[in-house]
Amino acid sequence: MIAGRATVEAAARIEPVKGRSLWEDARVRFFHNKAAVISMVILVLVALFASLGQFATPWSNEEIDWSMLGSIPEVGGPSWENRHYFGVDESGRDLYARVVQGTRISLMVGIVGALISVVVGTAWGAVAGYVGGRTDTVMMRIVDLMMSIPYMFVLILLLVVFERSIVMLFIGIGMISWLDMARIVRGQTLSIKNKEFVEAAIATGVSTPRIIARHIVPNLLGVVIVYATLLVPQMIIFESFISFLGLGVQEPSTSWGALINMGAANMRNDTPWMLGFPLAFFVVSLFAFFFIGDGLRDALDPKDR
Amino acid sequence: MTAFILKRLAIAVPTILLLIVFSFLLMEAAPGSPFATERGVPPAVLANLEAKYGLDKPLLQRMGIYVWDVVAHFDFGPSFKFKDRTVNDLIAQGFPVTLTYGFWSFLVAVAVGGSLGVMAAVFHNSWLDYLAVGISIGAQVLPNFVMAPILVLIFTLWLGWLPGGGWRGGQIEYLILPVIALSTSYMASIARITRSSMLEVLNAGFIRTARAKGLPMHRVILRHALKPAMLPVISYLGPAFVGMITGSVLIDVFFSTGGIGQFFVNSALARDYSVIMGITILIGALTVLFNLLVDVIYAWIDPKIRY
Repeated sequence: MIAGRATVEAAARIEPVKGRSLWEDARVRFFHNKAAVISMVILVLVALFASLGQFATPWSNEEIDWSMLGSIPEVGGPSWENRHYFGVDESGRDLYARVVQGTRISLMVGIVGALISVVVGTAWGAVAGYVGGRTDTVMMRIVDLMMSIPYMFVLILLLVVFERSIVMLFIGIGMISWLDMARIVRGQTLSIKNKEFVEAAIATGVSTPRIIARHIVPNLLGVVIVYATLLVPQMIIFESFISFLGLGVQEPSTSWGALINMGAANMRNDTPWMLGFPLAFFVVSLFAFFFIGDGLRDALDPKDR
Repeated sequence: MTAFILKRLAIAVPTILLLIVFSFLLMEAAPGSPFATERGVPPAVLANLEAKYGLDKPLLQRMGIYVWDVVAHFDFGPSFKFKDRTVNDLIAQGFPVTLTYGFWSFLVAVAVGGSLGVMAAVFHNSWLDYLAVGISIGAQVLPNFVMAPILVLIFTLWLGWLPGGGWRGGQIEYLILPVIALSTSYMASIARITRSSMLEVLNAGFIRTARAKGLPMHRVILRHALKPAMLPVISYLGPAFVGMITGSVLIDVFFSTGGIGQFFVNSALARDYSVIMGITILIGALTVLFNLLVDVIYAWIDPKIRY
């Protein structure tokens, strides 16, 4: 009886059937993907670690613990007593604080790279694809040209010529991150530019820039989000590579690549924590980014289902 | 075909020239004289030095001379830091090393990755398939700078089987770790691409026809499926080449193999501009030519491309 009444009440409360939007569908699909949801939790934790982790330690990332120097392999390991949670690095600085700082830089590089690719790549690809003709040929030739040179070498050349700095690194990374995105967006634009709603917009006299901004770009959003997510780990790898070589971030700043390099250089000194902690953060976070990207692709890109 | 190659060359050659000019202008934009030291050089000495290296001539003339030397004589000029060595010396010394392990890495990536991908597709949903998928997911987070320390940790420090660096003329035990470290992530990518394109091809109608007329499976795969399935792999070879040649810098530095990557990083740290430029141009030209080769191979294999 009670159940019956509840059903009746529930039925009374039901509003007219609401259509489910594409985004709602995608959200449901995404949250059904366990790997993606777990990865998201992990990434939130990593982000919290990067932003708030510094408050949990009395040590800064530059401060040298003089009591450690000379006997780092014996006493420099992770310990609760002296508050070096991850141990100390080769010059006696707190590794926990350095990992916090490195995580911050690496995440920032990844996100900035992805953002630039979203803005520049989407605009470039949408314009090339929509306008077509000679404009398209020239614009995509430029992309081909930039993709066919080994960019890392040119970037290092840039970093050497103009003093190495984090800003220069961002500019360099920003200059390549959008190339792939431009290609993907162009392909997608080609497939939607002949749809009826675009035709309708043209027929009602909407200007070309407005069609691109209001009708093309919103329909690219799904693909753009997926590839931007997958681009974040690539940018992190890119920066870490440069920093591993010692050509990226400058001391006392650091990043995952620089920390892994420091750990690897000390492998023979019986200090496994120096390699272990940065490597663990790097590998786990990258896995998380890739799984989220895959989850988003399954959710937003209906082609693969 | 000749027309197609010529058309591609018409794009490749200006690209290389542009790279040379761009590198030259970048070096020009660099602040400070390459001969400046902390103690300061007397102006007269500096003038002599600049005259010797041709730095007192106007910009365009110097650019012309540099481009002409590179293109016509393959001469990258003297190193700015080592007075007795030219950039060509450094390249001649380091390039064979890079080429050796680069060649092997490329071969391993294509051969192992390709066969793993084919096997995974043929034995779809078997343990072999899962292994291939597992490897290609795992290798995404194992770029060369992560692989190299892990390999040295396991095979040199724990097991003591292989040397963790050095070259010794490219003896096999000095080659193994660099090749694995460099090729793993590309091997995994090639396996993933091969697997998915092979799966697609195996579901195509012409494969069913071949099976239906009673051809044995291995013949179907080798004669009918392999060629169309390799097309996406071939178009991945260009980016893979760029990635590996970039990775070789790290391999050289980490394993002290003495390849051009080591000179590149040392010069970058010491601001030895002419060496950085020379290596960048050389690598850039190689990449452009390799991409050209890939395009030609692709056009040759793919019946859909008309040239």
